[in-house]
Amino acid sequence: MSDEPLLRVEDLKVEFATEDGVVHAVDGVTYQVFPGRTLGIVGESGSGKTVASLTTLGLTRLQGARISGRILFEGRDLVALPDSELRTIRGNEIAMIFQDPLSSLHPLYKIGRQLTEAVLAHRDVSKAKARERAIELLGWVGIPDPGRRIDDYPHEFSGGMRQRVMIAMALANDPKILIADEPTTALDVTVQAQILALMERLQEEFGMAIVIITHDMGVVAEMADDIAVMYAGRIVETASADMVFSGPEHPYTWGLLRSIPALDRPRGEDLVPIPGTPPSLIRPPSGCHFHPRCAYAQPDHARIDPSLDPVAPGSSHYVACLLSSEDRRRLWAELQAGRQPQQAIAEVGLPEATA
Amino acid sequence: MSATAEDPFGNAAATPDGGRAATTTGEALVEVRDLTKHFPITSGILFARQVGAVKAVDGVSFDVRRGETLGIVGETGCGKSTTARLVLRLLEPTAGEVRFEGEDITHLRGGALKALRREAQMIFQDPYSSLNPRKTIGSIIAEPFAVHGLEKDKGARKRAVQTLMETVGLNPEHYNRYPHEFSGGQRQRIGVARALALKPKLLIADEPVSALDVSIQAQVLNLLREMQREFGLTVVFIAHDLSVVRHMCDRVAVMYLGKIVEVGPGDSLYGFPRHPYTGALLSAVPVPDPSHHGKKRRLLTGDVPSPANPPSACRFHTRCPKAQPVCSVDDPPLEDKGSGTLTACHFPLTHAELEQMGVRSAA
Repeated sequence: MSDEPLLRVEDLKVEFATEDGVVHAVDGVTYQVFPGRTLGIVGESGSGKTVASLTTLGLTRLQGARISGRILFEGRDLVALPDSELRTIRGNEIAMIFQDPLSSLHPLYKIGRQLTEAVLAHRDVSKAKARERAIELLGWVGIPDPGRRIDDYPHEFSGGMRQRVMIAMALANDPKILIADEPTTALDVTVQAQILALMERLQEEFGMAIVIITHDMGVVAEMADDIAVMYAGRIVETASADMVFSGPEHPYTWGLLRSIPALDRPRGEDLVPIPGTPPSLIRPPSGCHFHPRCAYAQPDHARIDPSLDPVAPGSSHYVACLLSSEDRRRLWAELQAGRQPQQAIAEVGLPEATA
Repeated sequence: MSATAEDPFGNAAATPDGGRAATTTGEALVEVRDLTKHFPITSGILFARQVGAVKAVDGVSFDVRRGETLGIVGETGCGKSTTARLVLRLLEPTAGEVRFEGEDITHLRGGALKALRREAQMIFQDPYSSLNPRKTIGSIIAEPFAVHGLEKDKGARKRAVQTLMETVGLNPEHYNRYPHEFSGGQRQRIGVARALALKPKLLIADEPVSALDVSIQAQVLNLLREMQREFGLTVVFIAHDLSVVRHMCDRVAVMYLGKIVEVGPGDSLYGFPRHPYTGALLSAVPVPDPSHHGKKRRLLTGDVPSPANPPSACRFHTRCPKAQPVCSVDDPPLEDKGSGTLTACHFPLTHAELEQMGVRSAA
């Protein structure tokens, strides 16, 4: 990670005014994206993971949002950039693909027209050249017989093929960063594997940075070099993928890892659910936002708001948790051994949770 | 077929593991034979004539044993949900037979069909669209009582509903609230309470957690297992997520394009899958462990063919890495290949091939 970051998000806050009150969708988020690397942003619906990325592209500007903080890309602050300048970056240097490839494609236009449009938006080339480029792109993303398929309509493609078309469109202008928001959530598992492999291959070929947004710990393990776990608008843990999986330190990350059955865990092992539901972002819980659902919360955790700090001085593993790093490590070891949270608390000698 | 004559579609009895007090006796609660559902494709506006058929389910046979959880797994369009609806007679089969407690229910009508519905209930995927937004959850859960004329006394009905709510972990005081006041996970609990109201013998859960947030899924999965223990339910669990199915099910059937390609005890199927499609599915599941990163995996190429015009003989032959000419001519039957599952394949996978595909078995 000696490289300079390509994208630096600093203390980003995004708030939306609604009838019910102000939604604190993104609440002070900081992360970096490095060239040629993949950052995985993990979280559930409402954790702010999508809003943070949409804001990078200026796509939350129209909704009466209050945006503060900085998003630095090649020396420019995207938060402060006027729309006209942002438009030269969006879809050009930073491109995005979305979860649902069907609703992201216009049903009445042929694939070719939509692809050439993406090329022509940022390049001063002839229509014929743009069409050539579109065919080339379709070939890259593994659409067989691209010269013929370019004249098909979106409904003539399967879900996986549509996502390939979306990726082709995103690649139209050789982006430096590709943001993929739940790119495989709507797809079957064998198709998901194809799309993930395609993204990895394209990253190797073109060296772009990828930000993959997902709720699936399996997908981030597969794709990401670095991981940021988001909860209620904040990053609660961030580190290299290896560190997050070998020694996760935030109770929410533990929940994500142990509440889902995994093929590499013993069969029939009890799951460790995260109790309760994700909080309202209008009136988020006091103190640590996770404390009402945390099995390990102590009385003062409802008061004190933890900051995202390194687990040890100089470490690149950051966690926002009020427990001591030593307790956290011992708790995770107990959970890994198949214990339930209450047993783990007893083993470690932590006072019973009050939540 | 080398399986025993009296129980051709359930090989070696499932081994109920410790946590699950399954009363798997081996006796079949549901027997499905050659079940087929073809949806007609019609052409013409005034005089619609049939020009083809979508072969959604095409000759499926399996047993569901008392007290067990049978998983049906497969990708979009493989016919798993249609199969479930056929078993419950929510759809009329084109051909084949479904027996429930030994009785042929394939052609039940009227009162007899209604009586069956008391015994067999369903939980749906989408907790948002499967609950009537204009009804209180009290009346949603009480609906089965109303339909079947049970618990007629108002007070008794309310008590019964509140007991159910408590059983599934809802606050009984929320009796008069509306579905929109509940989160997705709580709504799925409402769906479970409604399904359990009549104390059914069979529960069919069609993708019960795929619309839920990850942190909520475990709550609902644990609830289903508790309910199974408490009510001695037999469960058919339909899902596309192989890890969830492995966690929940004693036996698993894998479907591809309207047919079962492999069926057997979970431990055998996940430990040593023999059908190349099962292997490909398992190989494709992302493992939450970066040290596994860059593992060899076998990617299936192409898309699932159209069920309106499925490939001849073995339907997987167009995408199968092991396919030989015989596979497009001769449809392989489901048979014991000596590893605990029944597999419909001429060239079942070997251990060495699974290793090459990066399938890590943890059975």
